[in-house]
Amino acid sequence: MQRDFRGLDFDWITIALFLLLVGFGWLNIMSASHTGEVVSYFDMSHPYGKQSIFIIFTFVLIILILALDAKFYERFASIIYILSMISLLGLFLFGKNVNGALGWYGIGGMTLQPSEFAKFATSLAVAKYISDLQTNMKTLKDQVKAAGIIALPAIIIVLQNDTGSALVYVAFFFVFYREGLQQIYLVVAVFLVLLAVLALKFNVVVAVLVAGLLIFGHHFFGQKKRPHIVQPIAILLLCLAVSFGIKYFYNNILQFHQKDRISLWLRLENDPQKLRELKQTILYNLHESEKAISSGGLTGKGFMQGTRTTGKFVPEQHTDYIFSTVGEEWGFLGSALLVILFVALLLRILYLAELQKSQFSRVYGYCVASILFFHFLINIGMVMGLIPTIGIPLPFFSYGGSALWAFTILLFIFIKLDSNRINEW
Amino acid sequence: MRKLLLLSTITLVGLIFIARLFYLQVYNEDPYNLLDDNAIRKVYDYPKRGYIYDRNGKLLVANQPSYDVMFIPREVKPLDTLELCNLLNISKEDFINFYNKAYRYSPRLPSVFIPQLSRMEYAVLQEKIRKYEGFYIQKRSLRDYQTTIGANVLGDIGEVNNYIIQNEPYYKSGDLIGKQGVELSYEEELRGVKGIKFIQKDRFNRDIGPYKEGIYDTLPEPGKDISITIDSDLQEYGELLMRHKHGGIIALEPSSGEILAMVSAPSYNPNLLVGRQRSRNFTKLYNDTIAKPLYDRSLKAQYPPGSPFKVMSALIGLQEGVVTTQDQFSCRHGYYLGSRRLTACHSHVSPISMNQGIAQSCNAYFVNVYRRIIDKYDKPSEGMDVWSNHVKSFGLGDYLGYDLKIGNKGRIPDGAFYDKWYGENRWSSTYNISNSIGQGEVETTPIQLANMVAAISNRGHYYTPHIIKSIEGDTIDEKYTTPKHTTIDKAHFEPVVQGMFDVYNTGTAYNLRVPGIDICGKTGTAENFMRINGKRTQLTDHSIFVAFAPKDDPKIAIAVFVENGYWGSRFAGRIASLMIEKYIRGEVTMEAMENWILTHSLENEYAKPYSGKEFGINRQSALQVIDRITKDTVINPVSTRKSPFNQ
Repeated sequence: MQRDFRGLDFDWITIALFLLLVGFGWLNIMSASHTGEVVSYFDMSHPYGKQSIFIIFTFVLIILILALDAKFYERFASIIYILSMISLLGLFLFGKNVNGALGWYGIGGMTLQPSEFAKFATSLAVAKYISDLQTNMKTLKDQVKAAGIIALPAIIIVLQNDTGSALVYVAFFFVFYREGLQQIYLVVAVFLVLLAVLALKFNVVVAVLVAGLLIFGHHFFGQKKRPHIVQPIAILLLCLAVSFGIKYFYNNILQFHQKDRISLWLRLENDPQKLRELKQTILYNLHESEKAISSGGLTGKGFMQGTRTTGKFVPEQHTDYIFSTVGEEWGFLGSALLVILFVALLLRILYLAELQKSQFSRVYGYCVASILFFHFLINIGMVMGLIPTIGIPLPFFSYGGSALWAFTILLFIFIKLDSNRINEW
Repeated sequence: MRKLLLLSTITLVGLIFIARLFYLQVYNEDPYNLLDDNAIRKVYDYPKRGYIYDRNGKLLVANQPSYDVMFIPREVKPLDTLELCNLLNISKEDFINFYNKAYRYSPRLPSVFIPQLSRMEYAVLQEKIRKYEGFYIQKRSLRDYQTTIGANVLGDIGEVNNYIIQNEPYYKSGDLIGKQGVELSYEEELRGVKGIKFIQKDRFNRDIGPYKEGIYDTLPEPGKDISITIDSDLQEYGELLMRHKHGGIIALEPSSGEILAMVSAPSYNPNLLVGRQRSRNFTKLYNDTIAKPLYDRSLKAQYPPGSPFKVMSALIGLQEGVVTTQDQFSCRHGYYLGSRRLTACHSHVSPISMNQGIAQSCNAYFVNVYRRIIDKYDKPSEGMDVWSNHVKSFGLGDYLGYDLKIGNKGRIPDGAFYDKWYGENRWSSTYNISNSIGQGEVETTPIQLANMVAAISNRGHYYTPHIIKSIEGDTIDEKYTTPKHTTIDKAHFEPVVQGMFDVYNTGTAYNLRVPGIDICGKTGTAENFMRINGKRTQLTDHSIFVAFAPKDDPKIAIAVFVENGYWGSRFAGRIASLMIEKYIRGEVTMEAMENWILTHSLENEYAKPYSGKEFGINRQSALQVIDRITKDTVINPVSTRKSPFNQ
C-alpha cells in the first residue's frame, strides 16, 4: 500500500474509536456527577467540568506525541522507563495518600498518579528489551530479565498499597507469550488458577484430586513417549504444596478487604448474618451497580434520566463504576455497543501490531492491546459482578486526568509508530 | 498459533460481557416501573374522603383530623426526655422502647412515635414540639361518625392488608380502605384519587428534589359525597327495638327498592372502630363468637322462612291454575296422608279457603296446594322445577344483586336437587311438603324475604334492593331503577294481599293492629336446631314476621327476624308493626306494644345452649323482663360469655 501523505497517514479507525470512547465517556461522567442544572461544561467544581479540561489537554498531548519522531520512542525507551521508576519511588518521599494508597503527587490543586504513566514507560522498555537482537525470549535468562522489567514497577506499586494497579502488569504475559515464551507457562498458569479456585472454593483434597486426574490422564493417555512415573508423582506433590500455600496465603497474608472480595466472588460465605453485613459494606458497590445496570433494561432510561445515577446510589460512579451509568441510562443496546467499541479497538490494535515490520513496534502494540484489554476485562467484569472487586479505571472512559493522559500517550505512541511502519529504519 | 491467544481471549471476553449484559438487562429484567423504583420517593397526597348522608340529608359520617407524632431517630438530639414523656403521657421505658424499635427499622426514615393523638393532646404538644429536634407532627384524616347507629350499614375503614396491596396497585402499605358496609361498596367513589409526587432520593435516602421537575406528579381528586337510602330515624328505632335480641330487620321502599332500614342485632357503636382503639375493639368484637356483632344478620343469616313463605304457595297455586280462591281444604289439626299426620296445625275453623288459610296460617291448606302444584306434572321433578322457577322469580334462592358486598344465596330446591337426593323419580310431592310452609329445604335471608314482600306489595314486580341514594356528580347503577317482574300474573296478587290484610284483621296478627294504617302481614314461626356437644338439639323457635303498608299504596315492606323469639307475632310482629307506624306516621302511638318490646330480653334464651345444663324450649322458656331500654342505655357490645366451641 502506497501512503502518499506523509505526516497524516495515521490509522484513522483507531483514532475514531478513541474519540468515540472519550466522548461517550464524558457524557456519562457528566450524567454521573452533575448536581442540578448544568451551567457550564467547564464548571471546575464538578468532575465533568474538570474532565472537559483534561480532554482538551489530551489533544495537546496527542499533537505533541505525533509531532515527535517515531525513532525517538525507541531510542529513549530506557530513559523514559528509568524516569518513570524514579517518579514512582519519589512517592515514598513526596507522595500523597488517597484512600489508603500512596499513589499521588499533589501539584497545586491537581493530583498526578505516576503509576498510570508507568504503564506506557514499562511497555516501551519491554518492547525495547525484547526487540534487541541479543534477546531470545525462549531462554530462561532473558525471560527472567524481561520479567524483572515489569516486576520493578509492580513491586513498588504494591508497596504503595495499590494492588489493583500492580495487577495490570500481569497483562504482559500475553506479550511474552506472543514473543516466544514456552507453552508450558500458559499451561502452568491456567493450572494454577484452577488449583487456587478449587482449593478455596472446596478444599485442598478436591483440588489435588482434580489435579491428579489431569496429570495422570496426561501421563497415561496424552503422550507418545511416557516419562518415568516419578515425574507425575512429583508434580502432584508440588500441587499439594501449592494448594496449601494458596490456602495459607489467603488466610494469613491477604488483607481483610481483599479476602472478603474473593470470598464473595467465589461465594464462600454461607452465614446469612455475615453475608448481610457484607452486602452493606463490601458488596454495597457491586449490589448497587448491578441494580443500576439491570434497571436500564433494553433501551435504558435515557441520558441524564437514570434515577439511581441521579440519586448517586453507586459510589465512585464517575470513576471505576462508570459502566453502571452506561447500563442504566443507555440500556443493553448502549452498553453492548460500548463493549463492541472496546473489542473493536483492541482487535484493531492487534491487527496493526501484526502488520508491523519492526519488532519494537509489534511488541509495543501488543503491550498496548494487552494493557487496555486487562483494564477492560477487570473493570467491566467487576462492575457486572463477574470478577472480584479490583479498583482500576476503564480506559478513556472513567473520570481522571492521569489515567486519561496515560492511556492516550500509551495509544498514540503506537499510532505514531504504526504511521511510520513503511519507512526505512 | 501464538498470535491467536490474545485475539481469542479478547473476543471471548467481549462475548461473555454481552451475554452477561443480556442476562442482567433483558432476560432478568422486570419491566421498569417508576412506582417500584426505590430511588424515587413517592409522596402521596390523600384527598378528603367523601361524606355519607342519610336519605333525608342528615350527615352520618364525616372526617376528623388526627395527629401522629413522628420522628427520625438519627435526627433526634439530646432532649429533656422527662418533659416529653409527660407531654405524651408515656413512661421513660416506653420512650426508650419506641426509640430503639424505630432505630432498628431505620435510623434515617420517619417512624410513628405516638399514633393518633386527640385534639386536646395535640393542642398541648403543638406549642412545644419545635423544641425536640427530629420530632414532628403529621396530620391524618380519620372517620368521624356523627351517629352511634348503623355500624353494619356504614361499615368502617382500616389499613389495607397485603392481599389487597398485591392485587390492587392503587393501594400502598398504610393506605386506608373501606372494610365493610357502604365504605366498602362505594370505596372508589368515597376515597377519590390520591395525588402523588415523585421525589428523587440519594443513597442515604435523603430527598434531593422533584423527579424530572415534577412532570409525573398528580393532584389529588377529592372523594365524592354520597347519600344512602337509610332513614336514620327508622334505623335508630329499629336498633333500639332489637336490643337484647338477636336477629335482623330489613325495611324496603317497594316503589324503588331502597333500603330504609337494615338492622342487625346485636350491633355496636361505629365509633369503636376509629382511632387508637380500633384494633383492640375490633379484636373484641371479632372474638365474640356467640353474639357475633360483626356478622350482619340482616344480609347473611340464612334461616328457614317459615309461614310467610306460604303466600308463595298460594300465588303459585293460582298461577298454575291448580287452586281457586274458593277451594276449601279440611284440616284436622294437621295434614294427613292416609292415617299418618305429615304436618301438625293449630286450632282454627275447618274446612278452610285461601283467605282464611293465609290469615290463620293453616299448614294443611298449603300442603294441599303444594301437592297439587307438584302433582300437576307427570314427573315430580318437572313440577318441582316449575315451582322453583316461580319462587326464584321473586329474587329468592340466589344473590339479590344489591350493592352491599356480603350476603347469602339462600336455598330454593329444584327437581335436580331431589333427584340427586332420592334418585330420579324415586320421590313424590309428599317427600318435601315442608317446603310449602317455609320449612324443609327452603332457606332465605331477611333481605330476600323483605324483597319478596315488596314484590307482593307491588303486585308482581320489584326493584333490586340498594343502599345508594345518590352520588355527588354521578348517577347510580341503572339496574337499581329497572323493575324486575315475577312470573305470577298481577291478578293473582289481590286475593293473597287480601289474605295478608286479614292476618291483621282476623288472623294471627290481630293483636298487632295499628289504628289508621292498613297493614298486610304474615306471621312465621320456624323450628331450628343447633349442634351442642355433637347432639342435634332443638332450640326455641325463631320469631318471623313480614309486612307491608299501606295496603293499596305501599310505602314500606319489612321483614323481621328474631332468633328464638318463639312465635311470629310475639317479637317480630310487634317490632314490624312499631317500625311501620314509626315510618308512616313519624311517631309511635302504640305505647304498650313499644313498652313490651323494650322491657323484654331474650338474652337468657341465647345463653341456654352455652350453659352446659339441660334446658327447655318454647313453652318451657320463661320471658326475661328487664328495665325499659332507652336510647341512652349503654350496651356492652361484647359478650363476656365463653363459647364451648372455642375453648
